[in-house]
Amino acid sequence: MNKTENNKAWLLVLPVFLLVAFSAIIPLMTVVNYSVQDIFDQNSAYFVGAEWYKEVLQDPRLHDSLLRQFIFSGSVLLIEIPLGILVALMMPTRGAMASLSLILLAIPLLIPWNVVGTIWQIFGRADIGLFGWGLNSLGIDYNYASNPMDAWFTVLLMDVWHWTSLVALLCYSGLRAIPEAFYQAARIDRASKWAIFRFIQLPRLKNVLIIGVLLRFMDSFMIYTEPFVLTGGGPGNSTTFLSQTLTQMAIGQFDLGPAAAFSLIYFLIVLLVSWLFFTTITHLDKRK
Amino acid sequence: MSWMAWTQTTAVFFGVIACMLIAMTVWELRCPSTERRGFLPIETSRGDRLFIGLLSSAYIHLMFLGLTELSLWIALAVSAVWLAIVLRWG
Repeated sequence: MNKTENNKAWLLVLPVFLLVAFSAIIPLMTVVNYSVQDIFDQNSAYFVGAEWYKEVLQDPRLHDSLLRQFIFSGSVLLIEIPLGILVALMMPTRGAMASLSLILLAIPLLIPWNVVGTIWQIFGRADIGLFGWGLNSLGIDYNYASNPMDAWFTVLLMDVWHWTSLVALLCYSGLRAIPEAFYQAARIDRASKWAIFRFIQLPRLKNVLIIGVLLRFMDSFMIYTEPFVLTGGGPGNSTTFLSQTLTQMAIGQFDLGPAAAFSLIYFLIVLLVSWLFFTTITHLDKRK
Repeated sequence: MSWMAWTQTTAVFFGVIACMLIAMTVWELRCPSTERRGFLPIETSRGDRLFIGLLSSAYIHLMFLGLTELSLWIALAVSAVWLAIVLRWG
Protein backbone atom coordinates (compact mmCIF):
# COMPACT_ATOMS: atom_id res chain seq x y z
CA MET A 1 0.00 0.00 0.00
CA ASN A 2 1.35 3.43 -0.90
CA LYS A 3 1.53 5.95 1.91
CA THR A 4 0.86 9.58 1.04
CA GLU A 5 3.17 12.16 2.56
CA ASN A 6 1.23 15.05 4.03
CA ASN A 7 3.05 17.43 6.31
CA LYS A 8 -0.20 19.23 7.19
CA ALA A 9 -0.68 16.47 9.76
CA TRP A 10 1.94 18.21 11.89
CA LEU A 11 -0.43 21.15 12.30
CA LEU A 12 -2.98 18.81 13.86
CA VAL A 13 -0.37 17.68 16.38
CA LEU A 14 0.44 21.27 17.32
CA PRO A 15 -2.33 21.72 19.97
CA VAL A 16 -1.14 18.59 21.77
CA PHE A 17 2.44 19.80 21.59
CA LEU A 18 1.45 23.16 23.11
CA LEU A 19 -0.54 21.43 25.83
CA VAL A 20 2.42 19.18 26.70
CA ALA A 21 4.72 22.20 26.65
CA PHE A 22 2.59 24.02 29.21
CA SER A 23 1.82 21.00 31.38
CA ALA A 24 5.20 19.24 31.33
CA ILE A 25 8.11 20.91 29.55
CA ILE A 26 7.86 24.42 31.05
CA PRO A 27 7.36 23.16 34.66
CA LEU A 28 10.31 20.79 34.14
CA MET A 29 12.48 23.66 32.92
CA THR A 30 11.45 25.65 36.00
CA VAL A 31 12.50 22.76 38.23
CA VAL A 32 15.91 22.73 36.49
CA ASN A 33 16.20 26.48 37.17
CA TYR A 34 15.26 25.99 40.84
CA SER A 35 17.78 23.17 41.25
CA VAL A 36 20.78 25.47 40.76
CA GLN A 37 19.61 28.23 43.09
CA ASP A 38 19.11 28.83 46.78
CA ILE A 39 15.61 30.23 46.91
CA PHE A 40 14.38 32.16 49.95
CA ASP A 41 11.36 33.84 48.41
CA GLN A 42 10.22 35.01 44.98
CA ASN A 43 12.61 37.96 44.98
CA SER A 44 15.73 36.48 46.50
CA ALA A 45 17.40 33.56 44.79
CA TYR A 46 21.15 32.90 44.70
CA PHE A 47 23.00 30.82 42.14
CA VAL A 48 24.74 27.87 43.81
CA GLY A 49 25.73 25.75 40.79
CA ALA A 50 25.64 21.99 41.32
CA GLU A 51 25.81 22.23 45.12
CA TRP A 52 22.31 20.85 45.72
CA TYR A 53 22.96 17.88 43.45
CA LYS A 54 26.14 17.08 45.39
CA GLU A 55 24.32 17.44 48.70
CA VAL A 56 21.36 15.32 47.61
CA LEU A 57 23.53 12.61 46.02
CA GLN A 58 25.53 12.28 49.24
CA ASP A 59 22.47 12.47 51.50
CA PRO A 60 21.94 9.17 53.38
CA ARG A 61 18.20 9.97 53.48
CA LEU A 62 18.05 9.73 49.67
CA HIS A 63 20.14 6.54 49.63
CA ASP A 64 17.87 4.91 52.22
CA SER A 65 14.61 5.88 50.55
CA LEU A 66 15.97 4.91 47.12
CA LEU A 67 16.93 1.48 48.47
CA ARG A 68 13.51 1.10 50.12
CA GLN A 69 11.86 2.20 46.87
CA PHE A 70 13.70 -0.42 44.79
CA ILE A 71 12.96 -3.14 47.36
CA PHE A 72 9.30 -2.13 47.38
CA SER A 73 8.93 -1.96 43.57
CA GLY A 74 10.87 -5.24 43.17
CA SER A 75 8.66 -6.99 45.73
CA VAL A 76 5.51 -5.59 44.13
CA LEU A 77 6.55 -6.95 40.71
CA LEU A 78 7.65 -10.33 42.13
CA ILE A 79 4.29 -10.81 43.84
CA GLU A 80 1.78 -9.10 41.57
CA ILE A 81 2.93 -10.38 38.17
CA PRO A 82 2.84 -14.15 38.94
CA LEU A 83 -0.28 -13.71 41.07
CA GLY A 84 -2.02 -11.73 38.31
CA ILE A 85 -1.19 -14.46 35.76
CA LEU A 86 -2.48 -17.14 38.15
CA VAL A 87 -5.75 -15.26 38.77
CA ALA A 88 -6.24 -14.70 35.02
CA LEU A 89 -5.67 -18.43 34.32
CA MET A 90 -8.21 -19.40 36.96
CA MET A 91 -10.92 -16.98 35.85
CA PRO A 92 -14.00 -18.39 34.11
CA THR A 93 -13.95 -17.78 30.37
CA ARG A 94 -17.66 -17.40 29.61
CA GLY A 95 -21.07 -16.97 31.16
CA ALA A 96 -22.30 -14.91 34.09
CA MET A 97 -19.40 -15.95 36.31
CA ALA A 98 -16.92 -14.41 33.85
CA SER A 99 -18.73 -11.05 34.02
CA LEU A 100 -19.02 -11.27 37.80
CA SER A 101 -15.32 -11.99 38.26
CA LEU A 102 -14.40 -9.11 35.93
CA ILE A 103 -16.54 -6.73 38.03
CA LEU A 104 -15.08 -8.03 41.29
CA LEU A 105 -11.55 -7.62 39.96
CA ALA A 106 -12.24 -4.08 38.77
CA ILE A 107 -13.54 -2.88 42.16
CA PRO A 108 -10.13 -2.31 43.88
CA LEU A 109 -8.97 -0.34 40.83
CA LEU A 110 -11.86 2.09 41.19
CA ILE A 111 -11.10 3.05 44.78
CA PRO A 112 -9.10 6.27 45.23
CA TRP A 113 -5.61 5.93 46.71
CA ASN A 114 -6.29 7.76 49.95
CA VAL A 115 -9.43 5.68 50.54
CA VAL A 116 -7.38 2.49 50.04
CA GLY A 117 -4.93 3.78 52.65
CA THR A 118 -7.75 4.55 55.08
CA ILE A 119 -9.41 1.17 54.52
CA TRP A 120 -6.17 -0.68 55.34
CA GLN A 121 -5.35 1.64 58.22
CA ILE A 122 -8.58 0.61 59.92
CA PHE A 123 -8.52 -2.99 58.66
CA GLY A 124 -5.04 -3.54 60.11
CA ARG A 125 -5.71 -2.07 63.55
CA ALA A 126 -5.55 -4.58 66.37
CA ASP A 127 -8.42 -3.03 68.33
CA ILE A 128 -11.10 -2.32 65.70
CA GLY A 129 -9.74 -3.80 62.43
CA LEU A 130 -10.72 -7.30 61.39
CA PHE A 131 -7.30 -8.14 59.92
CA GLY A 132 -5.23 -6.85 62.85
CA TRP A 133 -7.61 -8.26 65.42
CA GLY A 134 -7.70 -11.64 63.60
CA LEU A 135 -3.90 -11.97 63.49
CA ASN A 136 -3.57 -11.03 67.16
CA SER A 137 -6.31 -13.51 68.08
CA LEU A 138 -4.28 -16.23 66.34
CA GLY A 139 -1.39 -15.35 68.65
CA ILE A 140 0.62 -13.42 66.05
CA ASP A 141 1.97 -10.22 67.53
CA TYR A 142 1.00 -7.78 64.76
CA ASN A 143 1.12 -4.01 64.98
CA TYR A 144 1.91 -2.04 61.83
CA ALA A 145 2.25 1.21 63.75
CA SER A 146 5.18 0.05 65.89
CA ASN A 147 6.85 -2.86 64.06
CA PRO A 148 8.68 -2.02 60.79
CA MET A 149 8.28 -5.57 59.43
CA ASP A 150 4.53 -5.46 60.05
CA ALA A 151 4.35 -2.02 58.43
CA TRP A 152 6.17 -3.33 55.33
CA PHE A 153 3.95 -6.42 55.23
CA THR A 154 0.80 -4.25 55.40
CA VAL A 155 1.98 -1.75 52.77
CA LEU A 156 2.88 -4.61 50.41
CA LEU A 157 -0.38 -6.45 51.09
CA MET A 158 -2.32 -3.23 50.46
CA ASP A 159 -0.57 -2.70 47.13
CA VAL A 160 -1.11 -6.33 46.12
CA TRP A 161 -4.81 -6.00 47.01
CA HIS A 162 -5.12 -2.74 45.09
CA TRP A 163 -3.19 -3.52 41.92
CA THR A 164 -3.00 -7.27 41.25
CA SER A 165 -6.37 -6.89 39.51
CA LEU A 166 -4.77 -4.69 36.87
CA VAL A 167 -2.22 -7.39 35.97
CA ALA A 168 -4.96 -10.05 36.10
CA LEU A 169 -7.24 -8.06 33.77
CA LEU A 170 -4.41 -7.39 31.32
CA CYS A 171 -3.47 -11.09 31.29
CA TYR A 172 -7.13 -12.10 30.99
CA SER A 173 -7.52 -9.98 27.86
CA GLY A 174 -4.25 -11.43 26.52
CA LEU A 175 -5.45 -14.99 27.16
CA ARG A 176 -8.81 -14.34 25.48
CA ALA A 177 -6.96 -13.17 22.35
CA ILE A 178 -5.32 -16.61 21.85
CA PRO A 179 -7.16 -18.41 18.99
CA GLU A 180 -8.87 -21.69 19.90
CA ALA A 181 -6.87 -23.46 17.17
CA PHE A 182 -3.74 -23.25 19.34
CA TYR A 183 -5.47 -25.18 22.14
CA GLN A 184 -6.90 -27.71 19.67
CA ALA A 185 -3.40 -28.37 18.33
CA ALA A 186 -2.12 -28.76 21.89
CA ARG A 187 -4.90 -31.26 22.70
CA ILE A 188 -4.02 -33.31 19.58
CA ASP A 189 -0.41 -33.38 20.80
CA ARG A 190 -1.67 -34.36 24.28
CA ALA A 191 0.18 -31.42 25.76
CA SER A 192 0.06 -31.09 29.54
CA LYS A 193 -1.44 -28.02 31.21
CA TRP A 194 2.06 -26.84 32.05
CA ALA A 195 3.22 -27.31 28.44
CA ILE A 196 0.20 -25.31 27.20
CA PHE A 197 1.05 -22.54 29.65
CA ARG A 198 4.77 -22.59 28.89
CA PHE A 199 4.65 -22.83 25.10
CA ILE A 200 1.31 -21.23 24.14
CA GLN A 201 -0.04 -18.92 26.81
CA LEU A 202 3.11 -17.38 28.25
CA PRO A 203 4.71 -16.43 24.89
CA ARG A 204 1.37 -14.93 23.79
CA LEU A 205 1.15 -12.95 27.03
CA LYS A 206 4.59 -11.43 26.56
CA ASN A 207 3.41 -8.03 25.30
CA VAL A 208 0.66 -7.51 27.87
CA LEU A 209 3.07 -8.62 30.58
CA ILE A 210 5.65 -6.06 29.50
CA ILE A 211 2.95 -3.37 29.68
CA GLY A 212 1.84 -4.73 33.07
CA VAL A 213 5.41 -4.72 34.42
CA LEU A 214 5.97 -1.19 33.12
CA LEU A 215 2.73 0.16 34.61
CA ARG A 216 3.27 -1.54 37.94
CA PHE A 217 6.89 -0.47 38.14
CA MET A 218 6.10 3.16 37.35
CA ASP A 219 3.14 3.32 39.72
CA SER A 220 4.91 1.59 42.58
CA PHE A 221 8.03 3.67 42.05
CA MET A 222 6.00 6.85 42.46
CA ILE A 223 3.80 5.60 45.31
CA TYR A 224 2.91 8.26 47.83
CA THR A 225 -0.65 8.47 49.09
CA GLU A 226 -1.31 4.91 50.27
CA PRO A 227 1.72 4.45 52.58
CA PHE A 228 1.42 8.08 53.70
CA VAL A 229 -2.17 7.52 54.85
CA LEU A 230 -1.47 4.04 56.25
CA THR A 231 1.79 4.48 58.13
CA GLY A 232 2.82 8.10 57.55
CA GLY A 233 6.19 6.68 56.47
CA GLY A 234 6.79 5.07 59.84
CA PRO A 235 7.55 3.52 62.21
CA GLY A 236 10.65 5.73 62.12
CA ASN A 237 11.40 6.07 58.41
CA SER A 238 10.89 2.40 57.60
CA THR A 239 8.16 2.94 54.98
CA THR A 240 9.22 6.38 53.76
CA PHE A 241 9.59 6.07 50.01
CA LEU A 242 11.08 8.51 47.50
CA SER A 243 7.96 10.65 46.92
CA GLN A 244 7.44 11.15 50.61
CA THR A 245 11.06 12.12 51.22
CA LEU A 246 10.74 14.59 48.35
CA THR A 247 7.49 16.06 49.71
CA GLN A 248 8.99 16.44 53.17
CA MET A 249 11.92 18.29 51.64
CA ALA A 250 9.87 20.56 49.34
CA ILE A 251 6.78 21.31 51.40
CA GLY A 252 7.77 20.37 54.96
CA GLN A 253 11.13 22.13 55.05
CA PHE A 254 10.58 24.45 52.03
CA ASP A 255 14.04 23.48 50.70
CA LEU A 256 13.07 24.17 47.09
CA GLY A 257 16.60 23.96 45.65
CA PRO A 258 17.54 20.53 47.07
CA ALA A 259 13.99 19.28 46.40
CA ALA A 260 14.29 20.37 42.74
CA ALA A 261 17.66 18.59 42.42
CA PHE A 262 16.13 15.51 44.08
CA SER A 263 13.15 15.63 41.65
CA LEU A 264 15.43 15.72 38.64
CA ILE A 265 17.47 12.74 39.86
CA TYR A 266 14.17 10.92 40.51
CA PHE A 267 13.00 11.91 37.00
CA LEU A 268 16.23 10.60 35.43
CA ILE A 269 15.79 7.22 37.14
CA VAL A 270 12.16 6.99 35.95
CA LEU A 271 13.19 8.13 32.45
CA LEU A 272 15.94 5.48 32.23
CA VAL A 273 13.69 2.64 33.37
CA SER A 274 10.82 3.74 31.10
CA TRP A 275 13.16 3.98 28.15
CA LEU A 276 14.54 0.50 28.84
CA PHE A 277 11.01 -0.93 28.94
CA PHE A 278 9.94 1.03 25.86
CA THR A 279 12.99 -0.17 23.92
CA THR A 280 12.34 -3.76 24.99
CA ILE A 281 8.73 -3.57 23.81
CA THR A 282 9.51 -1.96 20.46
CA HIS A 283 12.41 -4.32 19.74
CA LEU A 284 10.34 -7.37 20.61
CA ASP A 285 7.74 -6.17 18.10
CA LYS A 286 10.40 -5.62 15.46
CA ARG A 287 11.80 -9.10 15.88
CA LYS A 288 8.34 -10.50 15.14
CA MET B 1 9.08 34.74 32.71
CA SER B 2 10.46 35.77 36.10
CA TRP B 3 8.42 33.04 37.82
CA MET B 4 10.54 30.49 35.98
CA ALA B 5 13.60 31.72 37.94
CA TRP B 6 15.95 31.69 34.94
CA THR B 7 19.70 31.80 35.38
CA GLN B 8 22.31 32.35 32.69
CA THR B 9 23.67 28.82 33.13
CA THR B 10 20.31 27.11 32.72
CA ALA B 11 19.46 29.37 29.77
CA VAL B 12 22.69 28.27 28.04
CA PHE B 13 21.95 24.63 28.95
CA PHE B 14 18.46 24.70 27.40
CA GLY B 15 19.70 26.82 24.51
CA VAL B 16 22.30 24.17 23.62
CA ILE B 17 19.71 21.38 23.82
CA ALA B 18 17.26 23.39 21.68
CA CYS B 19 20.02 24.05 19.10
CA MET B 20 20.87 20.32 19.06
CA LEU B 21 17.22 19.42 18.45
CA ILE B 22 16.86 22.03 15.68
CA ALA B 23 20.12 20.91 14.04
CA MET B 24 19.07 17.26 14.21
CA THR B 25 15.64 18.09 12.72
CA VAL B 26 17.23 20.00 9.82
CA TRP B 27 19.76 17.19 9.27
CA GLU B 28 16.96 14.61 9.33
CA LEU B 29 14.88 16.60 6.80
CA ARG B 30 17.82 17.03 4.44
CA CYS B 31 19.16 13.53 4.78
CA PRO B 32 16.75 11.12 6.52
CA SER B 33 18.46 8.51 8.69
CA THR B 34 17.82 4.79 8.60
CA GLU B 35 18.10 2.58 11.65
CA ARG B 36 21.39 0.73 11.90
CA ARG B 37 23.32 -1.42 14.31
CA GLY B 38 26.53 -0.10 15.84
CA PHE B 39 28.21 -1.06 19.10
CA LEU B 40 24.94 -0.55 21.00
CA PRO B 41 22.96 -3.80 21.37
CA ILE B 42 19.94 -2.42 19.48
CA GLU B 43 19.21 -0.89 16.10
CA THR B 44 19.12 2.88 16.49
CA SER B 45 18.26 5.93 14.44
CA ARG B 46 20.16 9.21 14.74
CA GLY B 47 17.55 10.62 17.18
CA ASP B 48 17.75 7.47 19.34
CA ARG B 49 21.52 7.85 19.57
CA LEU B 50 21.20 11.52 20.56
CA PHE B 51 18.72 10.58 23.30
CA ILE B 52 20.95 7.73 24.55
CA GLY B 53 23.97 10.05 24.47
CA LEU B 54 22.19 12.84 26.38
CA LEU B 55 20.67 10.51 28.98
CA SER B 56 23.99 8.79 29.62
CA SER B 57 25.68 12.21 29.80
CA ALA B 58 23.29 13.17 32.60
CA TYR B 59 24.31 10.01 34.48
CA ILE B 60 28.01 10.73 33.84
CA HIS B 61 27.53 14.16 35.46
CA LEU B 62 25.69 12.64 38.41
CA MET B 63 28.46 10.06 38.88
CA PHE B 64 31.09 12.79 38.90
CA LEU B 65 29.07 14.76 41.48
CA GLY B 66 28.22 11.84 43.72
CA LEU B 67 31.42 9.80 43.60
CA THR B 68 34.26 12.22 42.95
CA GLU B 69 35.47 15.69 43.86
CA LEU B 70 36.56 16.39 40.27
CA SER B 71 35.40 19.46 38.37
CA LEU B 72 32.21 19.21 36.34
CA TRP B 73 34.11 20.59 33.34
CA ILE B 74 35.85 17.19 33.16
CA ALA B 75 32.43 15.49 33.27
CA LEU B 76 31.29 17.80 30.47
CA ALA B 77 34.34 16.94 28.36
CA VAL B 78 33.88 13.19 28.97
CA SER B 79 30.17 13.54 28.08
CA ALA B 80 30.92 15.45 24.88
CA VAL B 81 33.38 12.76 23.76
CA TRP B 82 30.92 10.02 24.74
CA LEU B 83 28.07 11.75 22.85
CA ALA B 84 30.23 12.02 19.74
CA ILE B 85 31.19 8.32 19.99
CA VAL B 86 27.55 7.23 20.43
CA LEU B 87 26.37 9.41 17.53
CA ARG B 88 29.10 8.14 15.20
CA TRP B 89 29.55 4.49 16.13
CA GLY B 90 26.61 3.66 18.41
